[in-house]
Amino acid sequence: MPDIQEVTVNDLKHLVSERAIQGETMLLNMGPQHPSTHGVLRLLLELDGETVINCIPDIGFLHTGVEKNMEAKSYQKAEVMSDRLDYMNPVGNNLAFSMAVEKLVDLDVPARAQAIRVILAELTRFQSHLVWLGTAALDLAAMSMFLYCFREREYILDVMELCSGQRMMTTYIRPGGVWRDVPVEFEAAVRNILKTFPKRIDQYEALLTRNPLMLDRTLGIGKLTGEECLNFGVTGPMLRASGVKWDLRKTRPYSGYEQYDFEIPTRPEGDVYARFLVRLEEMRQSLKIVGQALDKLPIGPVRSNNYKFVPPPRSEVGVSMEALIHHFKLWTEGFNAPKGSIYHAVESPRGELGVYLESDGSPKPYRIHWRTPSFDNLQSIPLMAKGVLVADLVAIIGSVDIVLGDVDR
Amino acid sequence: MNNELQTIVEELKKEFGANAIETHGDASLVLPREKIVAACQRVHALGFELLSALTAVDYWPEMQPRFHVIYEFTSVSRNLRMEIRVPVPGIHPTLPTVSHIYRNANWRERELWDMFGIKAEGHPDLRRILMPADWEGHPLCKDYPLGYEEPQFTFNFEEINLRKPYAKE
Repeated sequence: MPDIQEVTVNDLKHLVSERAIQGETMLLNMGPQHPSTHGVLRLLLELDGETVINCIPDIGFLHTGVEKNMEAKSYQKAEVMSDRLDYMNPVGNNLAFSMAVEKLVDLDVPARAQAIRVILAELTRFQSHLVWLGTAALDLAAMSMFLYCFREREYILDVMELCSGQRMMTTYIRPGGVWRDVPVEFEAAVRNILKTFPKRIDQYEALLTRNPLMLDRTLGIGKLTGEECLNFGVTGPMLRASGVKWDLRKTRPYSGYEQYDFEIPTRPEGDVYARFLVRLEEMRQSLKIVGQALDKLPIGPVRSNNYKFVPPPRSEVGVSMEALIHHFKLWTEGFNAPKGSIYHAVESPRGELGVYLESDGSPKPYRIHWRTPSFDNLQSIPLMAKGVLVADLVAIIGSVDIVLGDVDR
Repeated sequence: MNNELQTIVEELKKEFGANAIETHGDASLVLPREKIVAACQRVHALGFELLSALTAVDYWPEMQPRFHVIYEFTSVSRNLRMEIRVPVPGIHPTLPTVSHIYRNANWRERELWDMFGIKAEGHPDLRRILMPADWEGHPLCKDYPLGYEEPQFTFNFEEINLRKPYAKE
């Protein structure tokens, strides 16, 4: 076993200022067990009094080797791991993975499955923003927000449980469609959400939007211009809060997003407060999309009938020889994807969630890479943190909306 | 591939002598590694402001080239997507850095070093990023075995505990 290596200031001297080496400024560890680092993010701060001079993020505490593990599993089994990446957006991860596989093997998805995917993906976006709102407001000492948001989130998790039997790690979206049709109670449960939630968002706004404490902590802090955002690979609500109107649901539509009428909220300011406003408006737009998709939810199958890649329904396995053979092949060997590579990206609540998938013709992905939005969004923290107070840094980390499972993979 | 992307690809092919492959509607170019910095500058000037992904594929036991480093570019202003693949040999796998053009390549190249052992030359801060600083090996290489942990039961708990590789006082 190798000796445990100690990291000294010498190893980091290219990242801190001259004064830190002479001992004039203080190097302070924030995290990985700090409550406002949203998981296990460690920040090494160089402080002059209360002011942050340099901020060095240290990640990898939640590295689980998902990419390596996926390479050793067949496509169906690999998908189960995708839920665990960004645990606030499991449906979105399934969607990105399934769409990449569908593009690779050329699978069609029925219209009903597309609509169900959109409804669940938007509800997941909503609940992800709810968790962000609750925790980011908690960082700014708005305790009750946290309780309200988690109260509302339960309604959405109940819908997930209704569909898939799981509250969070659903694996409900599969290559070729969804696992099975939604139950009869689904529509009433979603309608209930659509009826109650707009009023709840109004309540959050009443509590926070004009709150002087909130404004003091967020206005003009953590500014990023649109150009800086793009150069740092920052996407999602952070990019839109800096005035760049870029949303993959609108610009490169997938899963039938082009049929729905919704707005892409943007703000020109690029500060913490603008990100707050953009995310709140996105929550309203998500509900709008869910409402439209539910109104015109088509009737029909929810899985492709290409049984080379999609398991045949149970009712057929008992009576059809071919179905039995397909079933056996799929659950023992898996399916062989054709040779080739693909990059497919979807809009996750945090930005561009991309999957790079390469197949060598075997039933296991040869290489799968997850382009996770939090990884790039987190890189912009050192830029935003320069010259702010430690308390403002907490607000900035909250506004980036990182999920460490998404950063470390 | 649409016309706008077609012209860009033709231009890059002529300028850098690249080979083009079409992958599912998006363009993919294969470039030698000496030209990647100039190509990135050109691609950035052509309106591809966003480096969406930077990763690699290991084709071990193939050694020449062993790796393909993959750059995914997105143009926000023109709504286009493009990919550049750079073959890298297995002996002394190095690559010039592009972190001065696309700033998010900084962490992505650190990940490349950490996971594949591909060194980005001229990188300002090439340390491991996801694995611990004293880790040996590069986990995403195909010659790096997938590890496992032995499940401990009451009858063999002590026996496995003795050889379990975790930090002891």
